[in-house]
Formats: sequence, structure tokens, C-alpha cells
Amino acid sequence: MTPPAVERPVAEPAGGATAAVPRAGTGRQVRWTVWAQRYGAIAALVALFIYNAIDTPYFMTRQSLVFVLLRQAAPIAIVAVGMAIVIGTGGIDLSVGSVMAIAGQVGATLVLHNHPFLLAIVAALLVSAVCGLFNGTLVAWFGVQPIIATLILFIAGRGIAQLITGGELQPLSNPDFQWIGLARPFEIPVQVIIAFLVALGAWSVMRFTVFGRHVLTVGGNETAARLAGVPVARVKLLAYVTSAVLAGLVGLIAVSATSASDANNTGVGMELDAIAAVAVAGTPLTGGKVNVWGAVVGAVLLKLLQNTLIAHGITKEVAQIIEGAVIVGALWLQRHEA
Amino acid sequence: MTTTVSAPEGRSPGRRIQAGLLLQRQGALIALVILIAFGALRYGADFATGYNLTSFTGDTAKYGLVALGMTFVIMTGGIDLSVGSVAALGGVVAIKVSPQGLLPGLLAGIAAGAAVGALNGFLITKLRLQPFIVTLATLLAIRGLALNLAGAHAAVAAPGGFQKLGSWSLLGLPVAAWAMFLAFLVGAAVLHYTAWGRQVLAIGGNVDAAKLMGLPVGRTTFSVYVLSGGLAGCAGVFLGSQNGSVDTAAGLGWELTAIAAVVVGGTLLTGGQGSVLSTLVGVLLLQLIFNLIVFENGKGDINISSYWESVIRGAFLLVVVLLQVRLVKRRRTSGRQA
Repeated sequence: MTPPAVERPVAEPAGGATAAVPRAGTGRQVRWTVWAQRYGAIAALVALFIYNAIDTPYFMTRQSLVFVLLRQAAPIAIVAVGMAIVIGTGGIDLSVGSVMAIAGQVGATLVLHNHPFLLAIVAALLVSAVCGLFNGTLVAWFGVQPIIATLILFIAGRGIAQLITGGELQPLSNPDFQWIGLARPFEIPVQVIIAFLVALGAWSVMRFTVFGRHVLTVGGNETAARLAGVPVARVKLLAYVTSAVLAGLVGLIAVSATSASDANNTGVGMELDAIAAVAVAGTPLTGGKVNVWGAVVGAVLLKLLQNTLIAHGITKEVAQIIEGAVIVGALWLQRHEA
Repeated sequence: MTTTVSAPEGRSPGRRIQAGLLLQRQGALIALVILIAFGALRYGADFATGYNLTSFTGDTAKYGLVALGMTFVIMTGGIDLSVGSVAALGGVVAIKVSPQGLLPGLLAGIAAGAAVGALNGFLITKLRLQPFIVTLATLLAIRGLALNLAGAHAAVAAPGGFQKLGSWSLLGLPVAAWAMFLAFLVGAAVLHYTAWGRQVLAIGGNVDAAKLMGLPVGRTTFSVYVLSGGLAGCAGVFLGSQNGSVDTAAGLGWELTAIAAVVVGGTLLTGGQGSVLSTLVGVLLLQLIFNLIVFENGKGDINISSYWESVIRGAFLLVVVLLQVRLVKRRRTSGRQA
């Protein structure tokens, strides 16, 4: 069950490209598309799941479901949750992959220099927060377009991560530090639990806090939000910091899980996966809506789709083509309703 | 008759604003001239002539062609993230067709790129999907298609005619560089002197107004994506002929390099404004930074790790973006006073 998307509290922006169909369905077609948008992703996930349960050998095993599917989807889901909040403010964060690399490098390097693992984790997350502050400051205070603002750190961030270790791969073996990527309390991979807690936390924040309301207001109509006294800049700043800290957390998980910190490859392409996960679940990229569980469902759906195709002997390349088509299809469905 | 390329805006700005505009329009050019002079003085003839000039312009040409297409797309207020994948596809197709002859290979590569551009254009104009997410989906899908066509490892060109395309040169400049300069000249002329060029700017300036004026918004937008795809395909052909192969990493991240070049050139991402030749300056400038680092390392006084390259590029982008933001703000306030 997915709780319904958190609706925007303000009226539709006037003259926006999204205002077309009245909320109350007036015909069968409208209802169908409303349904498709709201529950399309979860329906597709269920359908794909049933198909796999019938047709893919060993799919319905605990090993395959929890340790392959959910463990692989968890990092994307965590980043996608942060991305969903940024997109909710009408922005985008291209720098998440680079922030992952920086956080992973900082954490791993500190641990390798015999610092306490807790310090390493905290330091890595703090550095990520600084990255988020950088993005947020450019967007919120200088009014730079989010694509460009986060593009700067996307380009420079990987170089910074590589400079930390001279671009060399560092093998890791510190059980305390790597707990975050390797532990399995209650026989569940820890990253799955983290992803669930992150999503639960983000959902609560969006649902019950003033900040959550503010995010939707800023994304829905920034001018109106400003006139209504919403601290627009602070809300945006916090959104980018959240996204960066979550990306940093996933960076730590990634280096822990692979037992090596690799500045060249940690988080490459993560921004695309996260954006796709958010989009496929029906969140408009124009802002004003945040669907936290939708982002999680989107991440699992894309991973399951990939795994299904590969399990059926379709090459990774062709799977990529189908993935692209699915993203476009999902958008097209939204288009009718939105 | 005015020759400045911009949407109509406030009249008679103050002198300080004009100086600022000059800096915004020509700041990149000034920086480029300074850097070239610096390079020529410090590194002498090795830098300014012969092998370095040939390899530098040949290498830059690929990014230049992609950035040219991106400039037009951005001027309509859109974005094309798929160019890197399209370049890979163009290269692979050209290599596959090149046994039929050099010209068919070249044309097939360009045609493949233009076909992807047509797909983007169709999805954006007919299905009215957001350019950002459409081209993100094609970025994924077309890379899959290119890799699938290339086979497991890489598409390798037969030695002979096709590879010569990458090595032929005229007056010290390789074919690719001539193609780039020619394309930019034609692009600038088209933007300034044709109805189509005006339409591109009008759509980016205010799409609703353009529609009301009866401009063929859909057709023009569509053609801009076809152009971008075709140029990316052409860049891929040069990539394939220079390297003799197209591997799995070909064209990765080109879209962001191109966007950075467009922004450094002073074209605003909001559309409706921009200059083709400034993009050329932007491309040359960003590539020159890398070239200078190589030379500085060659001198042996200090050793700059290649990882600094991306950090420096990012920092450069930051400076340009901040400059632009200040100028745009200043112009807006002066417009209000007038």
C-alpha cells in the first residue's frame, strides 16, 4: 500500500502548463488516467512482481528478494528521497553522485588513518552537508538555476574526491565502519532498513511539519510563497542540504558494501537513477509535489525491471533501451492527468 | 537594424550596464585571449603551432559541434541531455557503415544522430513531455542501443579511409576543426539572418507570445532537436575516426561539458537569448584550461594532477555563473528605474 501523494496545499499556479483537468473526475477517461498516475508505479511493480513469481526461478526466495532486489534498490531509494524533496521545491540536484564519491573518500580515508569510525562517518556527513550548503546557497541566495548550480559540483566534486586519495582505490577492512554497508540485523541488509527509516522520516517531515508544507508551497508557486511570508531561501537551502547528506550516507554505504573506496566510480550515474525513480512514480519535475514512497517504489520498480530483463537473458544494453522507453511511457501517462 | 542577438528588453541601459554587458558577452573572449597569450609566451612555439594546434583543435571540434547544437536547444528554453549517447551511436553507426565508403559512413552517423533528435523532438513537441526528462530517457536508451550495436566490447574501424578522416589536415588544421569552424559560422549566420533563427529566440523568449504571433513553434522546436542530434552524430563520427574505435565510455558526460561551454559563453539557460560564436569561445576556453595544465606539467616546475582539471573547470563555471547572475540582476533593477 502506498499512501497517496502529498498534495500541494496551494492552488494550481495560474497559467501553468499543468492545469488542465479539474480534480473531480468528469468522465471515465479522466478517472482512469488519475488512477494511472497515482497508482501506476505500484501497479506496474505488482504486475512485474507477479510475473517474476510465476516465471523466474528462485525469485520468490528470501535471498533473491531481500538480498538482491531490495539491497540493490536501497541506495537508489535513499538518494531518490532526497531528490524528491529537491524536485518538490522546483529544483534538481545533479551533484548527488559526486557528493557520494566525496563522502565515501572522506569516510574511508579517515578510517584508514586509524580515526574512530564514528568520527569518520560524522565527518563524511558534515562534508556532504557543506556540499549541500554550497548548492543551496547558489540556488537560494544567488538565484542560479538548479541545473547549473549543481552542475558545478557535479564536475568539480568528482575531481575533489579523486584528489583526496590521488584517484587510487583504497581497500577497506574495518568491520565497525563497514557495518553501515555489510551488517544484517534481523537477517535484513542494513541498507534496506536505513532506506526504510529514511523514507519514513522524510514522509513524516513532509506530512506533518511546517518545513514539509513550505517545500510544497515553494515548488507550487514561489512568488506566492514569498508573498505569503514563507522563508523561501531557507527552505531551498535545507532541501539541498538534505539531498546532499542523504547522498553522503549512500556514499558511505557504497564504499562499505564494496570494501573499497573508489573515487572514480562511486556514485557515477546516480543522479540519473534517482531522477528516473522520482519521475517514474509520477512526481512532476516542475515541483509542488513530493511523493516520498513513490520515489522508493520507483527505485524498486526500476531495479526489478532491470533484474527481470537480465534474468530473462536480455542483455544489459537492451534492458537500458527498455528502461528509457518505460520512463517516457510513465511520463506520458502523467501528462494526461497533470 | 540591430545585430545584437537578444530578446527585446529595457531601453538605453546606463554606461555601467553596458560595460557589464560587454563583460558578460565578451568576458569569455577576453579570458581566452589572455590565456592564449599566456600560453604562447610561456611555452613558446610548441604551444601555438604544429602538433599541439592540430591535436587541440581536432579534439575540441567534437565538443564544439555538440555545444553548437546545445546552444540552439538552450536558446529555445529546452535542454538536450542525450548528446553524449547520440555521439556514441553516431560513431558506432559510422564505423559499421564505413566499409561502404567514407561518405556513406559520415552521412549514416549524422543521420542516426538526427533520427534520435527527431525522436526527442517528437516526444517533446507532440507528446508535450519535458525536454529534461525526455532527453534523460534517451540518454539511457540510446547508450544501450549504441552498445548493443557495437557488440560486447567496442566498435572498431577497419584501417583505411575512415580513419584518415580523423588524420587529414588542411593548412595545419584537421578536418574536424574545419567542420567545427564552418558549422559555427553557418550557425551564427542562420541565427542572425534567417526567420528560423529569429523563431528560435522568440520561442525561448516567450513561447506563448510566439504561439499567438502565429510562429510555427512545434516545427521550430522539433527542428532544433534534430539539429542537435545531427551535430552530436557528426561529433561521434569524428570521435570514431580519430580513435579508430568507439568504446563503451565514448561520449560519457559530453552533455554537461556542452552545457558548461554554452553557459561560459554567456548564453542564459532561460532561453530567448544567446550567441553562437560565444559558445565557440566557451568550448575553446574550457578545453584550453586542460591543454595549459598539460603544458605546465610538461615544463616540470610544478606537477598538477589531472584531477585538478575538473576542479578548475568547475571553479571557472562558478565564477562565470556568479558574474552572470549579478549582471542579470543589475539589468533588471535598471529596467525598473527606467
